Amino acid sequence: MNSSVIIFPGSNCDRDMDVALKKFGFKNKMVWHNDTELPKSDLVVLPGGFSYGDYLRCGSMASKSKIIESVIKFANSGGLLMGICNGFQILTETELLPGALLRNKYSEFICKNVFIKINSTENSYFKNIKKNILELHIAHNEGNFFCSSDQMKNINDNNQIAVSYCNRDGEVNDDSNPNGAIKNIAGIFNKQKNILGMMPHPERMIDTYLSGDDGSVFFENLITNLR
Amino acid sequence: MEVNESLALEHGLNKTEYKKICDLLNRTPNITELGIFSAMWNEHCSYKSSRLHLKNLPTKGKKVIQGPGENAGVVDIGDDDAIVFKIESHNHPSFIEPYQGAATGVGGIMRDVFTMGARPIANLNSIHFGSPQHKKTKNLLRGVVRGIGGYGNCIGVPTIGGQTCFDESYNGNILVNAMTLGLVKKNKIFYSKAAGINKPVIYVGSKTGRDGIHGASMASAIFDEKIEEKKPTVQVGDPFTEKLLLEACLELMSGESIIAIQDMGAAGLTSSSIEMASKGKLGIKLNLNKVPCRESNMTPYEIMLSESQERMLIVLENGKEKEAKKIFDKWNLDFSIIGETTETKKIELFYDEEKVADIPVDTLVENSPMYDRKWKKSKLVKKNKVNKNTFKNLKILNVLNKLLSNPNICSKEWIWRQYDHTVMGDTIQKPGGDAGIVRVHGTNKAVAATVDASASYCYAHPLTGGKQVVCESWRNLISVGAEPIAITNCLNFGNPEKEENMGEFVECVQGIGEASKYLNFPVVSGNVSFYNQTKEKGIKPTPSIGGIGLLKNYKDMITMDFKKVDNIVLVIGKTEGHLDQSVFSRDILNIKNGPPPEVNLFNEKNNGEMILNLIKKKFVKSVHDISLGGIIVGIAKMCIKGRKGFRIKKPKQLINEFQYLFAEDQGRYIVEIEKENYKQVMEMLQKNSVHYDELGVVLDKDIFIDDKTKVSIDDLMDSNNNWLKSFMGS
Repeated sequence: MNSSVIIFPGSNCDRDMDVALKKFGFKNKMVWHNDTELPKSDLVVLPGGFSYGDYLRCGSMASKSKIIESVIKFANSGGLLMGICNGFQILTETELLPGALLRNKYSEFICKNVFIKINSTENSYFKNIKKNILELHIAHNEGNFFCSSDQMKNINDNNQIAVSYCNRDGEVNDDSNPNGAIKNIAGIFNKQKNILGMMPHPERMIDTYLSGDDGSVFFENLITNLR
Repeated sequence: MEVNESLALEHGLNKTEYKKICDLLNRTPNITELGIFSAMWNEHCSYKSSRLHLKNLPTKGKKVIQGPGENAGVVDIGDDDAIVFKIESHNHPSFIEPYQGAATGVGGIMRDVFTMGARPIANLNSIHFGSPQHKKTKNLLRGVVRGIGGYGNCIGVPTIGGQTCFDESYNGNILVNAMTLGLVKKNKIFYSKAAGINKPVIYVGSKTGRDGIHGASMASAIFDEKIEEKKPTVQVGDPFTEKLLLEACLELMSGESIIAIQDMGAAGLTSSSIEMASKGKLGIKLNLNKVPCRESNMTPYEIMLSESQERMLIVLENGKEKEAKKIFDKWNLDFSIIGETTETKKIELFYDEEKVADIPVDTLVENSPMYDRKWKKSKLVKKNKVNKNTFKNLKILNVLNKLLSNPNICSKEWIWRQYDHTVMGDTIQKPGGDAGIVRVHGTNKAVAATVDASASYCYAHPLTGGKQVVCESWRNLISVGAEPIAITNCLNFGNPEKEENMGEFVECVQGIGEASKYLNFPVVSGNVSFYNQTKEKGIKPTPSIGGIGLLKNYKDMITMDFKKVDNIVLVIGKTEGHLDQSVFSRDILNIKNGPPPEVNLFNEKNNGEMILNLIKKKFVKSVHDISLGGIIVGIAKMCIKGRKGFRIKKPKQLINEFQYLFAEDQGRYIVEIEKENYKQVMEMLQKNSVHYDELGVVLDKDIFIDDKTKVSIDDLMDSNNNWLKSFMGS
């Protein structure tokens, strides 16, 4: 399986993603933001970080970079496109995904483990996944998902909520919402479910000596689904 | 502008120093030259009050590749890998503008590390604030934490540990000490020593603006009521540019084109160019019109003294300019050839084709002032007597709850959850333990790091305090299973022109030296911050020690959480019952005088080595060193982390329970062992004459302090977790 990770100026989870993808069997290539062509890929990843310093609005400058045109083309033709953290923010800025990611509710950067509940398994990302609740890590300042009520209606109608913050037992409630995201949304799909944006970082949880290894569950499942 | 003595005084130089400058130059300096002298001769850059004493620190060792004198220290961790590390203060700017002050402190220390060719792999910090009741404390804490996070998070280097302390002596002068560790291949270390004549001198990074002019001089002065006016001297950080600069420099360093490289930190272009020339015994000629400037009409004086961040100076091999420029263009950074090396051994500056400065390099460096300041020795005061009345009306459980929520003992999670501590995917021990640990990427090795300070001990007796901090660092590393390698120190003190403050400095340094020599734990880098003083009030002497250690196999890492019910728990090291200067004495009994706990280096070493041996033999399941709050606070923390209970056995001999449980005697550890290893462990301890007590056994949930007193882990956890959160209002 071939994957590509896009590097924007200010990306800082690009290497972590590269390590994770390779560990679970992807042949991964790093792609520079100024390139125009994507290598042949079964999966394209927009990694976390602070592209362009997040100075204008998180993800907004990156959404205008050269490579994005090919990324959009790739996704529109059905290719799997995943954005993690800053990558998720870039996906909403390109409008490949609906909504926006606002400042966390308490205006503080949050770095901790959270639980997320998988809402839909009818897609290439979570099909046949052996756990329904994953413990993953978040590290962000702007992860508070927000959208208009019209957008929310579409999201619901098309079953686009991918993962929601929950507690250890899978209950989705206010106490388990780390950043104020509407309906505890931690990640969403596009309508066709080939594009996934989510705030938690599966690439930081790929062995037991790190904060946990539910990221391994995610990646193992993903590559199996793609094979 | 006419240069005269009064202008020199305004620049922070004294009359004798000004006269020395005129004598050295054999003429009156012009304004640019005066600015350069004042920047190079201030305390921050010249170490004029401290040099004499720092010379005595042990800086060598088998694993030391580079000691003090470079941008950072370097130690060997085997297999051609080396760790570059250093700690540095950014106290004055952080008090004036907490966010930018702290952020640029982090940015500055990371630049020191990647200047040497190392990719930063971990950040730590030691921050000291005034009393929680002081009106400025909350905002300063919030600003500093955001600043540290704002910079480190953006760059993508995990912040894996630190220390936070509150004490009223910092009411008017907080401390922000930032530490960075970087990883480099032994044959790819870069130094700041220029070599060769007519080599191009390159400026890269951000443009130069008017921010931070005289920042280093500010750091060498005492605060007064006009301090707010100094805001413009605080630099503004741009972590995004630093991230680009980091990647661009590392990319250039992978080739063979760099002769010398130096970041522009304190005193900017002045100190970086002079440092490179001085180390290489060369001259440097610069055309200041070529310096990329952010603002128009900047004068040579301003260009030379600006402390704009995210800039580097490089001496390149001839003919490599194009190749280098391509890399900086790719990362969208300024790249300008601003001068060349010369054989004149002078720093020569040109602006609009006029020579605006012409100074022999040695007058700025070798001939800079060095003072043997007067200092006063501290006496070791007598211990306070303890009798039954001392503990009248006190209940152990109440005291324990108070201590767990004490600002200096409580959980600092509110702080470290605002720092990205897992980026780079190698953090295997997060903040909140005895030391943070990151793996050496792609290998089985890991590096542990800790930063410690004990101002109350140092204030009570500087010599003992200095020793104690080094030992504490050593102990924290051992507690996670790491072999201690070396330390870096950040020496925060008051006014060196006062005998008391200078005495505190001299004796703390002596203590640090003695302990690091005995433990074979050399000092490889550091920084001195004097004048931490507002008006008449100085801070407590606060040397911060950053220690690093190596785990040959990261899987052997130890954590402090209790692991298994029925396991036996021992205290290694002798409990004498020393209460003076303990948190219990100071904050519960309200007794602030008395000596700090004694440091016995023989026992320290013997006990520490024993712990490492026990870990090596895999006999211990968890370890925690005993520090603030004594045995019972240590036990409570191990219970909280492991969500386990505990039954304390009544101490057999000596002293009463309060002394036993709350004393802060040094050189002690709590260890958890399995029953089946009990006999072997006892044999090892006895054979090596290591003192131990059997403290009790791990239980399922509650802690039984004695037959009558029981407390649930949840209650203790609340005490420990809530203070800081509710103080900060979230």
